[in-house]
Order: sequence, then C-alpha cells, then structure tokens
Amino acid sequence: MVENRPFLNFLTHLVLILGVLTVVFPVYLAFIASTHGPTDFMSGIVPLLPGDQFSANYGYLLGTGESTAGAPPFLLMLGNSLAMAIMIAVGKIAISIISAFAIVYFRFPLRVPAFWLIFMTLMLPVEVRILPTYKVVADLGMLNSYSGLVIPVIASATATFLFRQFFLTVPEEMMEAARVDGAGPMKFFRDILLPLSRTNIAALFIIMFIYGWNQYLWPMLITTEPQYYTVVMGIKRLASVLDGDNQWNLVMAGVILAGLPPVLVIIFMQRLFVKGLVETEK
Amino acid sequence: MQTKRTVFHSRVLPYFLLAPQLIITLIFFVWPAAQAIWQSFLRQDPFGLKATFVWFANYTRLLDDPDYLNALGATFVFSVGVTVLSMGLSLLFAVCVNRVLRSGRFYTTLLVWPYAVAPAAAGLLWWFMFNPSVGIIPYLLSFLGYEWNHRLHTGDAMVLIIIAAAWKQISYNFLFFVAGLQSVPQSLTEAAAIDGAGPFKRFWTVVFPLLSPTTFFLAVINITYAMFDTFGIVDATTSGGPSQSTNILVYKVYADGFIGLNLGPSAAQSVILMLIVVVLTVVQFRWIERKVQY
Repeated sequence: MVENRPFLNFLTHLVLILGVLTVVFPVYLAFIASTHGPTDFMSGIVPLLPGDQFSANYGYLLGTGESTAGAPPFLLMLGNSLAMAIMIAVGKIAISIISAFAIVYFRFPLRVPAFWLIFMTLMLPVEVRILPTYKVVADLGMLNSYSGLVIPVIASATATFLFRQFFLTVPEEMMEAARVDGAGPMKFFRDILLPLSRTNIAALFIIMFIYGWNQYLWPMLITTEPQYYTVVMGIKRLASVLDGDNQWNLVMAGVILAGLPPVLVIIFMQRLFVKGLVETEK
Repeated sequence: MQTKRTVFHSRVLPYFLLAPQLIITLIFFVWPAAQAIWQSFLRQDPFGLKATFVWFANYTRLLDDPDYLNALGATFVFSVGVTVLSMGLSLLFAVCVNRVLRSGRFYTTLLVWPYAVAPAAAGLLWWFMFNPSVGIIPYLLSFLGYEWNHRLHTGDAMVLIIIAAAWKQISYNFLFFVAGLQSVPQSLTEAAAIDGAGPFKRFWTVVFPLLSPTTFFLAVINITYAMFDTFGIVDATTSGGPSQSTNILVYKVYADGFIGLNLGPSAAQSVILMLIVVVLTVVQFRWIERKVQY
C-alpha cells in the first residue's frame, strides 16, 4: 500500500462486506426457505430466520421426491449427477492428455489437420447444433443411457491445449534421457509425463467436474426415463410444478442440494480451482 | 507448429492416441454441424416427406421475421447488460481486495463460489428472490410504489435474467481482475503517489489503462458466456417470455427446433450462431497472440 488512509480502508471493507452480502444473500434466503413448511409463506413474505422443517423437507426430497413432477428421489439424481460429472471429467482428461502427447511428441503427416479439427470443437457448443446432434445420438441408440449423457460432450479442445502448452514446457532433456535409457513412448508417458502433469490434471479435474455437474440442456433432451435424470434438470421440473402449489420450501431445498456439491469442491480446493480456471483460458 | 526437437518415431501410435478424440469430434461435432449447414439450405414440405433446395431462402426469411429480430435485440440487451453489470461489480471488488492484503483471501473465498452454481440453479435462486407473491425484492419494491411482476412486465423479466446471469459470472471476472491488478507494477503507483495523485486519480490514470488487456479479454468472454451459457437461466426462470421479451438466440434455436420442429429455419439459426462463435473465438485468440498494445 502506498499510503495510509483510514477512511478509504473503511470504505474498502464496507464495499467488500456489502458485496459479499449481495452475493451470499440469495443462497441464504433459499436455505431459510428450505427449512420452513409450506404454510409459512402464506403471510406473503419470505421468513428471514430458519424454521423447524429442515429434516422433514430434505428427508422427503432425498428419499421420496416428487415423482409426479418428474423429479424422482434426489438421492438417485445426485448419484446420477455425480456419476456423470466424474465420467465427463475423467473422460475429457484421458482423451485430451493422450491427444496432446501425440501432437507434441510425434511428427506425422496429419498432425496439423488433427490439431485444427480438435480446435474446431471450441467453436461448436452443444447449444448451437442441438437438433442434429440429438439426431445422431438417437440414431446410435444412445438415448437414456450414461454413454449418451457422457460421450457426446467428452471431446475437449481446452484440455488438449492446456496439456499441449504444459508438455511444451517439459525440458527436452527428460525425453532424451528416457530414450537413451531405452524407454519407449508409452513408458515415457506413463513414468515421466503423467507424474509431472499431476497438478494440471487435478486442476483440470475440478473445472471439468463442475462443467459436467452443471450440464443442463443435454441431459434434459436425451433422458426421458426417471432413472437417468440428473439433479440440475430435476430442480427445474420441480420448480415448474411446485410453483403452482406454493411449495417453494421444497423447490429451494432442491436448489440447495443441486448446488452444494460443486460449491463445496470450489471452497475446499480453491487454489487448484483458481489455477485450473486461469490456465484453461490461456 | 511447435513440437519437441527430438520426437518419438512410430507410424501408427500417434493415430491410436488421437483416435478417441478425433472420432468423437467427427461424430458428435463436425457431422451435426455439417448437417445443420446442409439443412439450412433446405425446406421441408409440411409432411416431412421431401425437401427442396432453396438456397438462402431460410436466411432471408429469418432476417425478415420480426420474432427473430426481436430475439437479436433481446440478446444484445442481455449480453451488454450482463457484461457491464458483472464486470463493473467484479472490478470494484477486485480493486478492494487488492487494497486489503491481509483479509483478501477471506473475501476471495466468499466471492468465488457462485462460479460452481449451475445456471439453472442460479436462475431459480433469483426467481425466488423476485417471486411476485413471496419474493423479498418485490416486497421491498412495493414500498417504493413499484409493482414487480416478471411474468407480465417485459422489462422486469429482462432485469431478472440479467441479474441472475451477472451474479453467476462475478466470481470469474473477479479472479481475472485480481490477477490483472497484481501484475500492475507497484513502482508505477508509487511514482504517481509521489507526484501527488490521490487513490482515485491513480486508479483511473495508471491502473485502469494497464488493465485494459484483461478488461478486453473479459469483455469477449462475458459476451460469449451471456450468449451461449445462459440457456439454463432463461429456461428455469422466464422460458423466453413474457411475449418473447427474453427469448435470446440460444433459447430460440431450441424452442423453434424442438418445440416448433421448424427444421430449415432452426438450422439457419444454428449456422448464424456458429458464425458468431467463430468470430468471438477468433477475437479471443488474437488477444492471446498480441494482447492490447499502447
């Protein structure tokens, strides 16, 4: 700090505290609402202090759910989301790290076209080519399956670029030494490159886990059987049905359940998260 | 393109390594995109039995369609609103966090987590805050004599989705602004202070111009985010209504294609969106190569 200005320090903290309150308040309100019974909203204003229906609401959602509203028990949907998010994250990292290895450590005729083909996926988000992609997945018989949820979104230009950038910074001597010692490409990859990439893999895993968990449009389109529903799409169905019944306590409990896992990941692995976020954008 | 000075020699191994990524890209990215381009030039008869090649008729019809022009306008207002609101607040918070070194980490933790909240969940959080019957904000606004109802008033609906989308994006912008601020050399602000510039003058004449590469990069990222990653927010809160006021382009593609089943026009919309992504991606990559020069 250049000079000491007590008033400005006070102002800085004031702005930050107000900022944090604004950012946190919607979630606080949602949590409060989720601890009340439905009749507590009748007065026309949301209560600001916790109620006593916490375990009743969450227990009901987790165990029973609102099957008529298209929201099966949340335990099932949370499990599906977790499985989908982990499969997407692991899949993206696995196929990207081997493509980056091929692009950096080999020279072969179709190297540059392959690189550009991977690059193109950046320019084709699911949302813009939704109908033909749906048709491809339907033709392949992948509707209502985990493979349909995961495989079509698993190609990743960002992850490939990140690993490519990282591999380019690995000293040449590493590979030369490995070759002198008689290691083949796959042995070098497994014993040297993979251990060196550990932090990058972890950082990327967090970003991709959040990406996978928050998938919305894609699961909504390709799952019609409740056993494959994911939680983020579940809360929307819950909201559109229960809004009419004024059961906002259950809707908000659903929002909290859907949002909590990825938020906890960020809070507990903040350093890796920041690293992943900043580096995937380079 | 760069490789290592020495490389491994193998005729088939690199193709095996690239195969999973390339096969998925071809089947689920390139092929559907090609289909969209092809279909955007066709018109189906009402029974879906045969399609005729109509050149750019789908595009011209789209650009004459008041609904599409309305969606373009809504997307513009939405993107600019989200970008300005979210970047403005994030810059303010980042400057503050940069001033309070000791407690900075604490505030950072409290500000970054909304990144992890799914767009649909973020939409529902604000949908509840603004709920016309029990929401707290309409309640407070009623004292000011304003009757909030995003189900009826088009402006209210737009404000709702802008706030929800900006809220979710604050954490991202904040982290990049903090990183940008930390790379501004301390010596420059000190020199300005010795020359008698106060904190506000220092910020506007020294720090802010030096931040312009970050600001420009974030502006592109935010526009991309607002245009393509906000489907969940719109779907969970307004579903494009009332009277199409929040029917932004990504939502309209989905609504026309899946609910309206208008293949040709929907494909033409997809192609226009792809062109927009291409332009945004190219701008973003040029930034990485050259940064902003003075």
